[in-house]
Amino acid sequence: MNILIIAEHDQQLIKSATLHTVTAAQQLGSSIDLFIIGSHCQVLSEKAHHLSKINRMLVADHEVYTHQLAENCAALIAHQGKNYDYIIAGATTFGKNILPRVAALLDVAMISDVVQIISADTFVRPMYAGNVLATVQSLDKIKVMTIRTTAFPATEVDHHSVSIQHLTDIIPNDLSQFESHVLTPSTRPELTAARVVISGGRGLKSAENFKLLEDIADYLHAAIGASRAAVDAGFAPNDYQVGQTGKIVAPDLYIAVGISGAIQHVAGMKDSKVIVAINNDPDAPIFQVADYILVGDLFKILPELQLALESLT
Amino acid sequence: MKILVAVKRVMDYKASVRIKSDGSGVETAHVNMSMNPFDEIAVEEAIRIKEKKLANEIVVVSIGSDASQETLRTALAMGADRAILIKIDKDVQPLAAAKVLHKITQQESPQLIILGKQAIDTDHNQVGQMLAGLLHWPQGTFASQLYFHDHGVSVTREIDGGLETLFLKLPVVVTTDLRLNEPRYISLPNIVQAKRKLITIIPADTLNIDITPRIKILRVVLPEKKRAGVRVENAADLVKRLKDEARVLS
Repeated sequence: MNILIIAEHDQQLIKSATLHTVTAAQQLGSSIDLFIIGSHCQVLSEKAHHLSKINRMLVADHEVYTHQLAENCAALIAHQGKNYDYIIAGATTFGKNILPRVAALLDVAMISDVVQIISADTFVRPMYAGNVLATVQSLDKIKVMTIRTTAFPATEVDHHSVSIQHLTDIIPNDLSQFESHVLTPSTRPELTAARVVISGGRGLKSAENFKLLEDIADYLHAAIGASRAAVDAGFAPNDYQVGQTGKIVAPDLYIAVGISGAIQHVAGMKDSKVIVAINNDPDAPIFQVADYILVGDLFKILPELQLALESLT
Repeated sequence: MKILVAVKRVMDYKASVRIKSDGSGVETAHVNMSMNPFDEIAVEEAIRIKEKKLANEIVVVSIGSDASQETLRTALAMGADRAILIKIDKDVQPLAAAKVLHKITQQESPQLIILGKQAIDTDHNQVGQMLAGLLHWPQGTFASQLYFHDHGVSVTREIDGGLETLFLKLPVVVTTDLRLNEPRYISLPNIVQAKRKLITIIPADTLNIDITPRIKILRVVLPEKKRAGVRVENAADLVKRLKDEARVLS
């Protein structure tokens, strides 16, 4: 089985989603090629060289691929992917943007958000905001899939080196152009990769109060997340959103503060190992998925929590 | 400019999901159905573009059974001009849906197609991208802002880590994210007026498209239920338990 993994990167580093995807790929076969598309990727490819379990790296390094826009990248992937049994990427906004276009160009169906690999053609994926798990069988020759990264551990970096094949195909893009981006600055771990996540909801009442989570997050080396209600109210940036249509997380510890627990939010965090919910409403639905329940005023509890954490030795 | 908007009838987001007794799928009989929330945002955006005089006609299209006419009526009541129902009584998977929409696009020649980023029932997030691929049009997925120029549109997209703005040459496919807009409520006079608007019904089998499912659903199950949580008295108790019992703190 030949597997092509589409690497996600920022021209400097391979993103962690790709490391999780490699683990999923290993369950499908041992002939795994990593496809790096971008420009000025030399440093990046040298580092990726040491990714464990990769057979070969394909590198398409050219100005036309700088911003990894779907229009020409999908065409390139479809062209290259014809010779593979699987084309996979992490189920991030990057993977979700490009892979369906690739599937359409190859005239094959696509399987989104795979959480379990049962056999070469049979997979499990969630539907209905994670309220249902469907076992699906692909009838296509080439299987195009995105992998839910939280369902597979990250692969390790080792010291074996792999061969690099430089691709010279240049597919210009006259349909779309990159204009600008605004990235949310963060010194914290990436939300989807963090071991601990602390999330706030509408109960925090303001963007200023959201900062109450920061001291605790710093102490726990945690990422900060938010419910849709908190994002819509402007308490937190959009890309903090955890849920069906935001990010899916499954950390060791998830602390939900002032979040009622709508199914759309729960869909994004219910696979966390340990869930703590802090809410003043004793009937909040979030308590149904929580391992530890603390009913009370979060403005009183958060400072106490910080003290209790600081007294840990 | 003509805008085509695709809408899907799905189980209401508040409805609780039940599995059919034979595990073959989700029970949809006697369940509240409504327009997919992302598609409401798509219809709303089309109407706002028309209100800015940037478009002259909005055509909504849905693929599904006769019941989907109700969803199309909702879109017409919001302000769409006319509707097309591609009638089929089977499940249509994303690739087939994209092919059907491709065909309708060739017939209607819109400059802009707006879809929701994903349907909240199957959660695929594929149709818009597939349609753009089949048409060889640019795609603006997860859009939270659109700004029209003469020959193109600047689309701000919600990406992991922030926002990205792309310039896309018309014609273009856009898929909506939650923060693109707040869909309007429908007034009674508009509901009455929508009854006079045209819904063209096209049987799917007259389109000559292979809509055979490429993915077989073998079974569906409910995820395992978590055991009941433990109520703790205060923050100190919580921290102690996280450390000693759950062992997630060191």
